Amino acid sequence: MVDLIWLVIALPLAGYLVLQVFGKRIGEPVAGYLASSLVGAGFVIAAVASVDAFSGDLEPTRVFLFTWIPSLGLDAALLWDPLSVMMTLMVTGVGFLIHVYAIGYMHGDPRLGRFFTYLNLFVASMLILVLADSFGVLFVGWELVGLSSYLLISFWFERPSAAAAGKKAFVVNRIGDFGFLIALMLIFSSFGSLAFSTVFEEASDVLSTGMATAITLLLLVGAAGKSAQLPLHVWLPDAMEGPTPVSALIHAATMVTAGVYVVARSAALFELAPISGGVVATVGAVTAIYAATIAVGQRDIKRVLAYSTISQLGYMFLGVGAAAYVAGTFHLLTHAFFKALLFLGAGSVIHAMGGEQDMWKMGGLRHTMPVTFATMTVGWLAISGIPIFSGFWSKDEILATVFERGGWFVVLWAVGIVTAALTAFYMSRLLFLTFFGEGRWEEGIHPHESPAIMTMPLVGLAVLATVGGLVNTPWRPALEHFLEPALHGVEAPHLPEAATQWVLAAVSVGAGLLGILVARRRYQTHALPVETGARWDLLEHGYRVDDVYGSAIVRPGRRAAEALAFTADTKVVDGAVNGVGRLVTLVSGVLKPLQTGFARSYGVGILAGTVGVVAWLLVRGGAI
Amino acid sequence: MTVTPGWYMALAAVLFVIGATGILVRRNALIMFMSIELMLNAVNLTFVAAGRQLGLIEGQLAVLFVVVVAAAEVTVGLAIIVAVFRRRATASVDELSGMKG
Repeated sequence: MVDLIWLVIALPLAGYLVLQVFGKRIGEPVAGYLASSLVGAGFVIAAVASVDAFSGDLEPTRVFLFTWIPSLGLDAALLWDPLSVMMTLMVTGVGFLIHVYAIGYMHGDPRLGRFFTYLNLFVASMLILVLADSFGVLFVGWELVGLSSYLLISFWFERPSAAAAGKKAFVVNRIGDFGFLIALMLIFSSFGSLAFSTVFEEASDVLSTGMATAITLLLLVGAAGKSAQLPLHVWLPDAMEGPTPVSALIHAATMVTAGVYVVARSAALFELAPISGGVVATVGAVTAIYAATIAVGQRDIKRVLAYSTISQLGYMFLGVGAAAYVAGTFHLLTHAFFKALLFLGAGSVIHAMGGEQDMWKMGGLRHTMPVTFATMTVGWLAISGIPIFSGFWSKDEILATVFERGGWFVVLWAVGIVTAALTAFYMSRLLFLTFFGEGRWEEGIHPHESPAIMTMPLVGLAVLATVGGLVNTPWRPALEHFLEPALHGVEAPHLPEAATQWVLAAVSVGAGLLGILVARRRYQTHALPVETGARWDLLEHGYRVDDVYGSAIVRPGRRAAEALAFTADTKVVDGAVNGVGRLVTLVSGVLKPLQTGFARSYGVGILAGTVGVVAWLLVRGGAI
Repeated sequence: MTVTPGWYMALAAVLFVIGATGILVRRNALIMFMSIELMLNAVNLTFVAAGRQLGLIEGQLAVLFVVVVAAAEVTVGLAIIVAVFRRRATASVDELSGMKG
């Protein structure tokens, strides 16, 4: 069965090709059914193929497909090991639920066929990324998810803001990809190969600490671009211009976690570069608290979740940076469940409100949308780190491991705790503003519960968000044992002693509860606070980082381009071309009168020329 | 007085100059054409004379070629002149100055 694992990629890819050609003709709702069932089939195949992995006797298997670039020794091959098993099941499983949801959410959209075309393309690309057996194949997936992300963000391209957001996401990602590509070149020049097996097994013999640091920091640049970490985070909030299922699938659950996946996959390299690990953890912690503070000031329900995603990705970076690779990937998994749930719930709310995304114009929806309310409550508890729910287990494992590292990491741990409180606060704010209080709806809006095809995936994800954390608890670290073979002998990080763990867990849960209580006092009242003024404005615009980038990078760039286009090109290049033309005209003006049109004058010319040539030949020949 | 090849060369030179002068001073296309023929045959004469002098057959050979090419040239040239005359009702080359720059 493992040999057939390429089918997991091939099915959505086939769906993409069929829908690309016939999507318009197939139309609604068959296009949605087709796309969803192909992803679902991929999940079934992956589940069957991973039976060995769960019974604990999976040897990491390499599935050779074809020789791709012989001169680089690069094969198109897939790797079926615990890490790719986990990622594949997550991508196809969550992807399937979101596909089903999208059938309802995108109902009536004139370009529904195209939507599922791109969605299938994305799933296929993401699976190439996570199943790759070498950095080369991984990079193909890496670029393809960037492309499908671009296509889906600007899906409603009639809106200028959506088109601009897609472009922004693409360009910012390219900056990260640039670092990633240089990292790949360094890897190839060091190892002469891009295959994971060669690179990770020989890393400790081949790489010096300096080289390992350079490679891992460049990988971090790529990962920061894809996973929206500082300073390349600016594209993700704007990416909310895309349809909500896209935000849930690409910009919460799967694509943005690719950076975390790459760091975890390259654990053997990060092991050799302690500095890089610290940098990754620091970037993660700073991003986490930075994005959490911005999320507090957002009015748009999807932008709250977008900044929350950036913040949670920061947690994952904090984890993998502190060498807690399992904890980081664990949080990746649970976050995929509860953040996809929250996004789909937000989509359900937006659907009900007729496209309204401003939380201040919602309120009181818990009676009209009971299923959405119940499931979003689960997501809220999970992300706030309330025990039993999945987010608690993964977030606490990260924080405990970080704390145990000591030194600088204790500071990062404190940042993580503050972020946990902020997270609970802004998520409670979202929940209270949306579902509690009185309806502040605009005229003519009649909220209603979404159809079953949208609420069923919500329920499924809510179940996962509740119990998903139980795969790895301090008493039964199943995921830890499961992922061990994928980490190439990297030593598992130390967890603190049991007593310390209890204290740390109490502190982080306390932080979460504090955030919830403060938010409850502030927002579950009849007199809602007024959140306007310069400070709220600053938060709502994300500390105006976009403006800074705009005046520091975009504007000078545009000015340089304009200078090149309208001065260098028109004056210098065009000037040279026109100058040549003018020169020819000038010279020909002088020579033109020679063409008299009289045959006899030409005759004189010929005769004089002949006499001249003959005379010259005679003189040179010495005859005269 | 024996006629040496030098005489032939002198005669050829005289004929050539007459032809060249004709081309330069006359305006009638037909006359100019005849002048060209004169020049060609002046050259032919030098060929034959030189061939005879040096005991080579190539001189006569070259002449045969020139005669053939000249015949072809006359055909085309006369056709052009006739065509021009039909259109413009003149054979004066000075009036055919369409090539003036």
